Amino acid sequence: MNINFSDPNFLPWLIPVGPLLGFLLITLITNRSKWIPATSPQYGGHHPDYDGMTVPVVTDQSRVLSIIIGMSGIVMAWLISVATVGNAFGLNGDGTGGKLGQDVFASAANWMATGIDNFRMGVLVDPLTTIMLIMVPLACVLIFIYSIGYMANDPRQARFFSLISLFAGAMLTLVVADNLLLLFVGWEVMGLCSYMLIGFWFEKPSAYKAAIKAFTTTRIADVIMLLGIAYLYAETGTLSFREIVYNGEILESLANTPAILFGGISAAGLISIFLIIGTVGKSAQFPLHVWLPDAMEGPTPVSAMIHAAAMVSAGIYALIRMYPLFEAGAHPHHGEFNAPLIFMSVVGAATALFAATIAVAQNDVKKVLAYSTISQLGFMVAALGIGAYIAATFHLITHAFFKALLFMASGSVIHGMEHGEHHVHAHAHGHDAHGDQHAAGHDPEADPAVEHADDHAHDAHGHGDATYREPESHAPHFDPQDMMNMGGLRKTMPVTFITFLIGGLSLAGFPLITAGFWSKDEILADAWYGVSNGYGPHTLVFICLALAAFLTAFYTARQLCLTFLGEARTEEAKHANLGQGVVSVAMTLPLIVLAVFAIFAGFVGVNPGFPILGGILSPNGIPFKEFLKYTLIADMQPETLAFDAVPVLVSFAVALGGLGLGYLMYGRKPLVAGEADPLIKILSPGVYTTLKNKYYFDELYIRVFVKPFQWFSREVAYVFLDKGVIDGFLHLTARVFTWLGDFIKMLNAWLIDGILDGVPELVARFGFVARRIQTGRVQQYLLLVALATIVIAVIFALSAGGSQAAVTP
Amino acid sequence: MTIIGFDVLSFLVFAPAIAGVIVLLLPQQKWIARFSALGAATVIGGVAAAVFFAYNVASPDFQMVIQAPWFRLLNSTWYIGVDGISVSMVLLTGLLTPLAILISFEIEDRVNTHMALILFFAAGLFGVFVAMDMMVFFLFYELTLVPMYFIINQWGGPNRKYASNKFFIYSLGGSLGMLLAVQLVGITAGTFSIPDLARIWPDFTGADGSFLGVPIETVKGLAFLGFFVAFCIKVPVWPFHTWLPDAHSEAPTAGSMLLAGVMLKLGAYGFLRLVIPLFPDIWIADLNILGFITNWATVFAFLAMMGVVFGAFAAFGQTDIKRLVAYSSVNHMGFVAMGLAVAALTYGEAWRDGTSAHLQSAIIATNGAVLQMFNHGLTSAGMFLLAGAIYHKTHTRDMTQYGGLWVRAPIYGGIFIFMSMASLGLPGLNGFVSEFLVVRGSWSVFTALTVISMIGLLFTGGYILKGIRGVLHGPFNLHWKDYKLEIELREFIAVAPLMVLILLTGLAPNWILNVINASVTHVLTTAHLVAGGM
Repeated sequence: MNINFSDPNFLPWLIPVGPLLGFLLITLITNRSKWIPATSPQYGGHHPDYDGMTVPVVTDQSRVLSIIIGMSGIVMAWLISVATVGNAFGLNGDGTGGKLGQDVFASAANWMATGIDNFRMGVLVDPLTTIMLIMVPLACVLIFIYSIGYMANDPRQARFFSLISLFAGAMLTLVVADNLLLLFVGWEVMGLCSYMLIGFWFEKPSAYKAAIKAFTTTRIADVIMLLGIAYLYAETGTLSFREIVYNGEILESLANTPAILFGGISAAGLISIFLIIGTVGKSAQFPLHVWLPDAMEGPTPVSAMIHAAAMVSAGIYALIRMYPLFEAGAHPHHGEFNAPLIFMSVVGAATALFAATIAVAQNDVKKVLAYSTISQLGFMVAALGIGAYIAATFHLITHAFFKALLFMASGSVIHGMEHGEHHVHAHAHGHDAHGDQHAAGHDPEADPAVEHADDHAHDAHGHGDATYREPESHAPHFDPQDMMNMGGLRKTMPVTFITFLIGGLSLAGFPLITAGFWSKDEILADAWYGVSNGYGPHTLVFICLALAAFLTAFYTARQLCLTFLGEARTEEAKHANLGQGVVSVAMTLPLIVLAVFAIFAGFVGVNPGFPILGGILSPNGIPFKEFLKYTLIADMQPETLAFDAVPVLVSFAVALGGLGLGYLMYGRKPLVAGEADPLIKILSPGVYTTLKNKYYFDELYIRVFVKPFQWFSREVAYVFLDKGVIDGFLHLTARVFTWLGDFIKMLNAWLIDGILDGVPELVARFGFVARRIQTGRVQQYLLLVALATIVIAVIFALSAGGSQAAVTP
Repeated sequence: MTIIGFDVLSFLVFAPAIAGVIVLLLPQQKWIARFSALGAATVIGGVAAAVFFAYNVASPDFQMVIQAPWFRLLNSTWYIGVDGISVSMVLLTGLLTPLAILISFEIEDRVNTHMALILFFAAGLFGVFVAMDMMVFFLFYELTLVPMYFIINQWGGPNRKYASNKFFIYSLGGSLGMLLAVQLVGITAGTFSIPDLARIWPDFTGADGSFLGVPIETVKGLAFLGFFVAFCIKVPVWPFHTWLPDAHSEAPTAGSMLLAGVMLKLGAYGFLRLVIPLFPDIWIADLNILGFITNWATVFAFLAMMGVVFGAFAAFGQTDIKRLVAYSSVNHMGFVAMGLAVAALTYGEAWRDGTSAHLQSAIIATNGAVLQMFNHGLTSAGMFLLAGAIYHKTHTRDMTQYGGLWVRAPIYGGIFIFMSMASLGLPGLNGFVSEFLVVRGSWSVFTALTVISMIGLLFTGGYILKGIRGVLHGPFNLHWKDYKLEIELREFIAVAPLMVLILLTGLAPNWILNVINASVTHVLTTAHLVAGGM
């Protein structure tokens, strides 16, 4: 392969390089610490009381350098992506010619020898990659900028930037990969990064437990996905996307080959189900959804990364990428379904509805968003299940923008609440000179150390570990993420309010002006097409998604009202703000950029038949679809559905109805401090508690899986099997030989006195063992050695005789 | 290529032994012994690397072959050479020996003897890997036992006597059968040359179909069993593995590194070099176990699966960090065994029928198995190095006693996570490549067993995360407040080459896989040519 940087076929290789290099440079060179006493306010709030101990804190120089390197890496990736996207559109000429897809930018190199062949690793830019390259690097850049502010006072900021660079690098690798194996590499490295970043404050039991949970849950799915990859590779001899999903012959032959396991399903079907299970883990679909809400334990930029730009999007991206394989042998638009499609429909629809019901009863501002992510991902999976390929991709992109926005905005809210908390705390104690100064100035930059002393202290839920002590100053516990503690934040945090509102409306699918409306509407339109033709899966999906969309609008309204409307319900909320200076700018600017996308990203996907807007925005067909559909081979490219008013009206109804109901309950007469959630009364306490506790899945899994496996590993696999059965057998054998030895000893004494005595003695001298015999077993072993020696000698004697015979003819 | 009068492979075998004797005779000054041993091992490691890079992939048969008269009485000769499989193991031995010696600098007691034993051990390992004569193979195979026994027995942990004796007797028990097998095969066939045996032994019928009155089939069966059990113990294949957790956890750090890093590979290498080529008929012959008609290759695959699954479970059940790492070897070597089982079945079929439907799968699986041997050498040595480093500083291996050490050992923590992830098989690092190859290869052949072994792969994640959590995560235990916990420069130098190779192999495995692949492909595609199977 010729290395030529101006060659658009080579350029995609360079996209992940920037962040990956950033990771290496920060890790190896710029991550430098100074050791200071743990009591210093510079050493954040995520640790127990370390009196009289010194700890490493990243130096100021290292902070600055790491930020510069991390930012340079991701900006480089973004610029190259822009160039690549430019190339891709350039190839298309007028933008609708559809050349990209038939032609692609691709290059590959030998990577792994497999007999006379080689497995080739390469990069690929087709329409789907191009669309991902518009979203992912941009979202990453914004998240990085936000992190500068959010992590400004963390004692391990350099480590954070190195890890998040690796995260971005892995996601970009996954996006440009031309084969399933390289995709899996990015997939798993992202798993590692999310593990490291969820557990970033690793001293907190809740954080490392969440990290382990995330990694283990996704790994269940990943090992099954690995089987799918191995199976696909075994069947086709390749893992290259183009050679499989852009190749009708291979798809057909896979659909006609019976599966190697489980009768009654095709090879394509079984491979597909294995691969889909991978996504069920990665994109947190039921029943492997439990890790995602706990992933909130990480710093908020990480949540944005996981929920929008990377991790969970990667799962959906993989589904979209491999979709033609899933569809092989079926035709959802003609009502012909196969196992993978039905599997996706059911899992997606169930997850969308199930997660939305949980989100309704959450009070933690980030948990609401977490369950809404699960629910929205369910929309996408269900959409793919009914063959709505374009709509699923569209929703993936719009969702990434508005969900990144919502997470970062909620991070700002939390940051602001902590700021307010510090304010209150400083006043309550009143003896802290720093605090007074701080309170007077309201300027975090004036004294970052003080601000940091309270930073994220809410996270100190030190349960379950005896040695973990909460910092004394934070009792009694105040939770700055609890929406019940908020209220009225629109006054002190106006920019956050406006952007959060835009993101929330987009999530709720507020008609016409938000991106979320258009993408969700397209999914419902595709589903409705099947309903009107009487297809079962379509009907299931339509009903579940419409209900879920209603709940989404409701819990979004609830969240917006509880957080921003009414009057502050606590002192902390009254004083919540982001301060001024770099931190504030870094934490607001990305919100504004994302808010623009959360509105306008939807206008590329309007149906041409839509009254008025369709004619203006999509005169030559839906731009998004006309671009994306060439990812598929010609006879798989979906037709544009005729405009139908029913799903649009449903979209209007559920979005406005949900928002309206939410406003009626929480907005018209906002909660005041101490007032109970009206939902408890409406749902009855039993239902409410069940929802609030997420249907008790965590408890169930711990009881059914975690504990039994821990017990089995220790007691059965180790103590019973290895120590008991196998070693027991060995020790018994040794004992038998000891008895035999005793018997021989007796023979010694009576018969061949002296001869055999010499042997054990010799061996004993040889092994120094005789010096300090500690256990009785040693003697048994010694005797075994002696016996062994004798047997060897006998065999030698015999075989020497034999060899003579063999050698002399 | 000759070095001071020796051909290069003989040099690799004898130089460590001679260096060992010299170190033993040097003045009893710690630094003299340490640095002379390190110097010698580094030079030898350099030669091993040179041998690896001198190996010509274009002609994937044995190279640098030397045959000289040796044990005329037995018709055994000093017959040595390397192919792509053994040269990778030579490289691994050459790499790990100096690193183990560097780690042994922490030994304060009888330094000369300790260093000499490590060098003797290396001599034995090189001897096995270059042997093309079965007697030479056996001799060096047994020679590795003695130094390792003393290293564990004299410098090991609290329970070292039990561990070393168990290790020695277990291994010796296997060796008894193997000696019998070596003698039976060698005497019956009249040669100990491994390439010659691979050619004639599978079809050997003898002059009158018997040997000393015993039917030749019985002789073959006995010899097979002898080899099989011996190598199963060494790998170790479940359920012959219980010596390993004791030996590994009680051995001093350098001992554990070499034991896990190279010694286990002797068993797998023995399967590849002897058991698979010599007994293709027995591997695939019908075997009736409780009414199930199966064959030895499938039984072997079953045991491999058990190793993967129960190794992972047992590792997950540990609270002792070294024992956890030790059980991870059972888990990882299970994948090696799985790959070998595919190779055995396919080699047998190709020998019998002239070709096998699974040929491509078998090449991939065997590539994976050999690469996994190399990779496990890197990662297990690294894991033991890190476990030893923390044990050396805290004097406890109990993970419940640690707690949050990452706070005070940030660099150590980073390296520990890196190494753990390599062990877990994270894509992008070395272990993934080999495990993927094995899974891919065994999928088509032993589908159900491969599916079940995924449980093991899942729990690999479990025990690795448990290890990280035990050592690094959680609030810092103030008990260790005044301890120096950070990794020392010497330990860092020892672990750095491993990390570089782990990353390199993960990102671009072809630097070594090309060499392995050439010989594996050669062996498997010429199976039908050896002897007159077809």
